[in-house]
Amino acid sequence: MKRSPITTDSDWSFDTIEAYDREIGRVAESYALDTYRNQIEVIRSDQMMDAYASVGMPVGYNHWTYGKHFIKVERSYQRGQMGLAYELVINSDPCISYLMEENTMTMQALVIAHACYGHNSFFKGNYLFRTWTDASSIIDYLIFAKNYIAECEERHGIDEVEQLLDSCHALMAYGTDRYKRPSPISAREEQERQLEREEYLQKQVNDLWRTIPKDIEQEKSQKRSRFPDEPQENLLYFIEKNAPLLEPWQRELVRIVRKMAQYFYPQRQTKVMNEGWACFWHYTLLNHLYDEGLVTDGFMLEFLESHTNVVAQMPYNSRFYSGINPYTLGYAMMQDIRRICEKPTEEDKYWFPEHAGSDWRETLHFAMQNFKDESFIQQFLSPEVIRNLKLFNILDDSSKEEMLISAIHDDEGYQVIRESLARQYNLNYQEPDIQVYNVDVRGNRSLTLHHIQDPQYRPLGPDTNEVLRHLRRLWGFDVYLHTLRNGDIVKTYSCTKH
Amino acid sequence: MSYIIDRRLNSKDKNAVNRQRFLRRYRAHIKRAVSDAVSKRSITDIGKGEDISIPQKSIREPQMGHGSGGKRNIILPGNDNFIVGDRVKRPEGGGGSGGGGNASDSGEGIDNFVFQISQEEFLHYLFEDLELPNLVKRKLAGTESFKLARAGFSEVGNPTQINIPRTMRSAHARRIALTGMMRKKRRRLEQELSELPDIDSEENHTRKEALQLQISRLTKRILAIPFIDDFDLKFNLHVKKPLPVSKAVMFCIMDVSGSMDQNTKDIAKRFFILLYLFLQRNYEKTDVIFIRHHTSAKEVDEEEFFYSRETGGTVVSSALAMMTEIIKDRYPPDEWNIYGAQASDGDNWHDDSPRCYNLLKEHILPKSQYFCYVEITERDSQELWVNYERLKESHGPSFAMQKLRDQSEIYPVFKQLFQRKIQ
Repeated sequence: MKRSPITTDSDWSFDTIEAYDREIGRVAESYALDTYRNQIEVIRSDQMMDAYASVGMPVGYNHWTYGKHFIKVERSYQRGQMGLAYELVINSDPCISYLMEENTMTMQALVIAHACYGHNSFFKGNYLFRTWTDASSIIDYLIFAKNYIAECEERHGIDEVEQLLDSCHALMAYGTDRYKRPSPISAREEQERQLEREEYLQKQVNDLWRTIPKDIEQEKSQKRSRFPDEPQENLLYFIEKNAPLLEPWQRELVRIVRKMAQYFYPQRQTKVMNEGWACFWHYTLLNHLYDEGLVTDGFMLEFLESHTNVVAQMPYNSRFYSGINPYTLGYAMMQDIRRICEKPTEEDKYWFPEHAGSDWRETLHFAMQNFKDESFIQQFLSPEVIRNLKLFNILDDSSKEEMLISAIHDDEGYQVIRESLARQYNLNYQEPDIQVYNVDVRGNRSLTLHHIQDPQYRPLGPDTNEVLRHLRRLWGFDVYLHTLRNGDIVKTYSCTKH
Repeated sequence: MSYIIDRRLNSKDKNAVNRQRFLRRYRAHIKRAVSDAVSKRSITDIGKGEDISIPQKSIREPQMGHGSGGKRNIILPGNDNFIVGDRVKRPEGGGGSGGGGNASDSGEGIDNFVFQISQEEFLHYLFEDLELPNLVKRKLAGTESFKLARAGFSEVGNPTQINIPRTMRSAHARRIALTGMMRKKRRRLEQELSELPDIDSEENHTRKEALQLQISRLTKRILAIPFIDDFDLKFNLHVKKPLPVSKAVMFCIMDVSGSMDQNTKDIAKRFFILLYLFLQRNYEKTDVIFIRHHTSAKEVDEEEFFYSRETGGTVVSSALAMMTEIIKDRYPPDEWNIYGAQASDGDNWHDDSPRCYNLLKEHILPKSQYFCYVEITERDSQELWVNYERLKESHGPSFAMQKLRDQSEIYPVFKQLFQRKIQ
């Protein structure tokens, strides 16, 4: 049954946005997309630039790095080098999405489908987000953080706070817990608990650094053990709890940066899936509307044009190549899963025996809920997608003169490419493995870190010394970093008192 | 059900603070760029915004990462001609498009970080630590600045200015004053009425009726007094108070004689333009008087001062004499802070320099806050300079002189002359 289109005009109004949202929401429900409530906010382009610069968060503490981002965005936007993102969506409950005033009705509808139903359901469904972030309290926490930091600036001076934040930011990637769930945070509790914490923490730290000698028996047994007992990978957490010289407010700042890092931790690991999922759904939902006759041909043409732009992949030798486009990869894989379920070929049956021919909605939801980029690619990257994107693997061994093409899209190559690509999305592979190994508690209080080199023997980057300087500022005493290859120290970085 | 919210009217510039923080952090870079820009720019756009360029290296935020080296696998899309076993050269410039899509910023990695500051910010950085020295006299200026101040209450005024408590208070007082006697009388009558013996006699009846009549008459009269009346109204009264401001007048004196070649004039102009911008920015109530001279002096407007050309011999004292005249006529020294700035190439009619010395010493310096002299020349000092040096000795803090050789020195010299003194 054909119905008349919702609008035929390219201008939007609040009424039409509401009408589209209602229809898209209805269709989304029919596909069993489970979402947080939506809060759609219409903003101007300069507000979008603001949001952009503050990593998409509606409130953020003040720091020059956001100013830098803002200036960058503003400049490239003014010069026309860069279009603004059409949309920005925040993992919160209700889920906030921004629509830009300049967009046409079609674009608004696209964004609603993409962000309000695509990303939103991903935030609510994916296991990483469920485990690591608390959507209902994030905004409150950001407000707490902003106010707290502003207060610190008043009490201790802007420079002091800025330096500390610089140091924390340098270690932000090493500020996440990977194996346990942090307790939920809410602003009011946070404020109350913050005072308690200050006192308690300081007590603990003092205890660790107690100088009154204990009896010799105890002394002996302690000599053998290290501190911390087990290596720790959350450097910021370790600093917050153990750095000897930090003031209570400084510990709180470390904690704030750590919490922010934790909040973005799932985002960093699900870029491909998240965007792929959202693209798949805006495509599916809007096509569904078209089939029902609710949108016009013109609408579809405009939508398809921007859709195509978003999911375009430049080849490796193009001037515009800038890495594998997560939108393309994600979208291609999501569509492919549907294809495998609906029209499996012999190859698919061989590669995906448990999914070929199953109900596509269930399979897709299963994939969305239980994977991150790395495992998702490992599990679902099909030969078909590899062929379509013409993926190939280059082995770059710095000890050899030339690079080797080690796999292309053929029978021998599929598995290699799949594994290699999956590894590229593994955070543990992207970032060097660095852990707190020991603190010289009885001696000069120096901190020793271990960098466990991976089997590829990749060395640390050029920023290492600089980051160590930041670490030293936080720790307050000398810092050593050993690179370990198969258990042997091959290189040592250090930052000692200058 | 979704909420749709119109946030377009929300405040803009959420990142203004962050931007300021950024500028604050890179102040040194910006200030350097600004002072470079001053000497490079043409005269007409000296006060515009500026592109500031900062090396990427100094705004980098360090992160732990992998360096080049070791073995790595890279997946690339769009294979067009490779088969397994092909060997390819490493692309120029290191490890090429590193693993995991980190290559995105390789496009403009080495460029400087360039951004624009506004005209306002440009001038701010330009004049940040400068001030007009010895600005002391504060006087009531003309009619420009007033402040509205409360000045009690008035019987007349604008309905929006009604002071309600005062109005109600005076209405209340009036009502008490006008009805007090009647109320008292009524109370007495009521008392009498209630005390009448309860006997059913003719006399008693008549008396009761009379009392009731009196009471109701009184009540009527009391009610006839208006609750609020015209003369109860009280209005807030505001008066304009003139604000004392510091007034300053700046005399710009420039030599335009034949000995000043185009380049020297250009330098002088730049100096004055800088000065002019500085004054405009810092003091709202600042008069600027432009005097140009060759053998005779002439008061001109801004346009003519900077852009018209003239030649002739040089008599510096003519300009100083004119300045003295103008001060006498229009700028009484007890009301105005008087500043002078003179630019010349140092040439002067041979016996004129002592006269300049006298004019300055007797008439100008005692009346002014500050007088600075800029000599634009590469030659050795001449008579004028020598004479002025004597002034410098005797009038240290209120007289300053500097030599300028080329454009690049303008801003540093300017800064030196108007450096904020730490008190």
